[in-house]
Amino acid sequence: MTLSAQDATEQRQKKHVRDRWMLSAPALLLILAASVGPLLIVLVYSFLAPGNYGDVKWEFSTEGWFNVLFTRDIFDDTVSLADAHFSIFWRSVKLAFATTVFCLIFGFPTAYFIATRAPHNRSLWLFLITIPFWTNMLIRTFAIQEVIRSEGIINTLLLKIGIISAPIQMMFTDFAIMLGMTYVFLPLMVLPLYASLEKLDFRLIEAGYDLYASRFGVLWRIIIPLVKPGIIAGSILVFVPALSSYVVPRVLGGGKNLMVGNLIELQFGQGRNWPLGAALSVTLVIIVLFAMLYYVRNASKSGGSAHG
Amino acid sequence: MAKSFSIKRQPGFATIAMFCFFLLYLPIATLVVYAFNSGMSIATWEGFSLRWFQSAWNNQQVIEASWRSLRIASIAALIATACATLAAIATTRTAPYRGLTFKYSVINMPLLVPEIVTAVALLILFSRVKVWTGYSGLGYLIVAHAAFCIPFAYMPIRARLESMDLSLERAASDLYASPFQTFRYVTLPLLWPGILAGMMLAFVISLDDVVITEFVKSGGQDTLPTYMLGQLRRVVTPEMNAISTAFLVLSLAIVTLFFFLSRNPNKDNQ
Repeated sequence: MTLSAQDATEQRQKKHVRDRWMLSAPALLLILAASVGPLLIVLVYSFLAPGNYGDVKWEFSTEGWFNVLFTRDIFDDTVSLADAHFSIFWRSVKLAFATTVFCLIFGFPTAYFIATRAPHNRSLWLFLITIPFWTNMLIRTFAIQEVIRSEGIINTLLLKIGIISAPIQMMFTDFAIMLGMTYVFLPLMVLPLYASLEKLDFRLIEAGYDLYASRFGVLWRIIIPLVKPGIIAGSILVFVPALSSYVVPRVLGGGKNLMVGNLIELQFGQGRNWPLGAALSVTLVIIVLFAMLYYVRNASKSGGSAHG
Repeated sequence: MAKSFSIKRQPGFATIAMFCFFLLYLPIATLVVYAFNSGMSIATWEGFSLRWFQSAWNNQQVIEASWRSLRIASIAALIATACATLAAIATTRTAPYRGLTFKYSVINMPLLVPEIVTAVALLILFSRVKVWTGYSGLGYLIVAHAAFCIPFAYMPIRARLESMDLSLERAASDLYASPFQTFRYVTLPLLWPGILAGMMLAFVISLDDVVITEFVKSGGQDTLPTYMLGQLRRVVTPEMNAISTAFLVLSLAIVTLFFFLSRNPNKDNQ
């Protein structure tokens, strides 16, 4: 190849890359301006002083971060741990974890059921899973409310049969939030589980039975280890939005059973403490980030072991 | 050995799966059924009636919020799809180059950041911009929706591009078509179903959004979901069931269309 031909190839490659940057620029700019960029502003705001009527004063302060962990008594300035924040974070983690476990308990058999149907039937079953998923989340939350409220179908039914004499209070409890989140996020568990179950090599299971494994033995020692990446992916997909859930706890949990999302909103609304709200948001992002990191590390690990 | 020993069977799994499907549809079905109830109560059936649909139709706030929702969703979906299409072309079927991973991560970022955090971040940003510019129209909502819809529009377009046969485009350029002609007469027609699917997905996602809209909207800019969220605090009448049912039917129609468009991209190439 002559020198000038080499130059020409290089030129063409450079142009190719430049064109590709031009093409992707609108998407990148829009996302940076209206999604990723504002996160940096949140980070900055967490280090400013609260303004009198919401917003902030432009002076450096660690008060926001201090308030995440501690509260200062209005009267005597004594400092104590911010129990309310801890209990809300703890409740969020607990509920998100319980939701993930319930989604797994119900979602795994469902995904397995779909994956073991005849190939031409699978897409129909998958479609049935995706329909509720694409139904507005607010509508689904509202639907759950219809089922569990005092005048809802469960209570009406139980009252009519005579099992209970007074309606059971299910709304505005942690149970209601968990039930609602399980209902809303279940498809997020089923879809990745299905994706890995579909690829399951049933010859390995046959080999297991040939070696006198029981049904449970095959499930526990062959199927579950093989679809571990799917289990982890589904768990993260459920855990992360459940942890930062806002609509479900607001509708089903009422004013008392807050989760982190509602706590953040409170600081930007009635609380008028934007730096605290910003610091809480950053804390939430950090927790989510750790969950993701855990996922990436484990996914790569189990990917390696599945190979061997 | 049992007569019908199947290695694929796991005891109880089918039962749980059926139970799951039943539970997924029970609340939605109840919601829809009671939208046609003639009585005030949501619990007792008092006969078939369309009165709640009529009352929703005559509710000025509902109609306004619906129009606003549709307007925002269509403009945001158009912007998101245009950006996503260009980005998908720029990130598929190319040798790896510096910045490719960066592009992937930026495009997928809106999926990773908790929605509530994006919402307060935009609240902070836009409340500043409002003060500077004095503008308080629907533009903020459209920009916000377009941004978080991009990854959803990007997915089906990228999938379509990756499964597309390169030889047709090569043939076109062998026949002296300019890059633009190749794109216009070969790539785009093949890509069209993917673009449509992406646009529908973006449209539904934008239509469904509650959290970001709730924080970004100015006064009097309720969309249907934020209107419903506000109503849920008060005494709920079956009018809400009627609104939900209508909303549901619209989403389902779009998603069904999406399902058929994005199925088996190679089939219609042959």
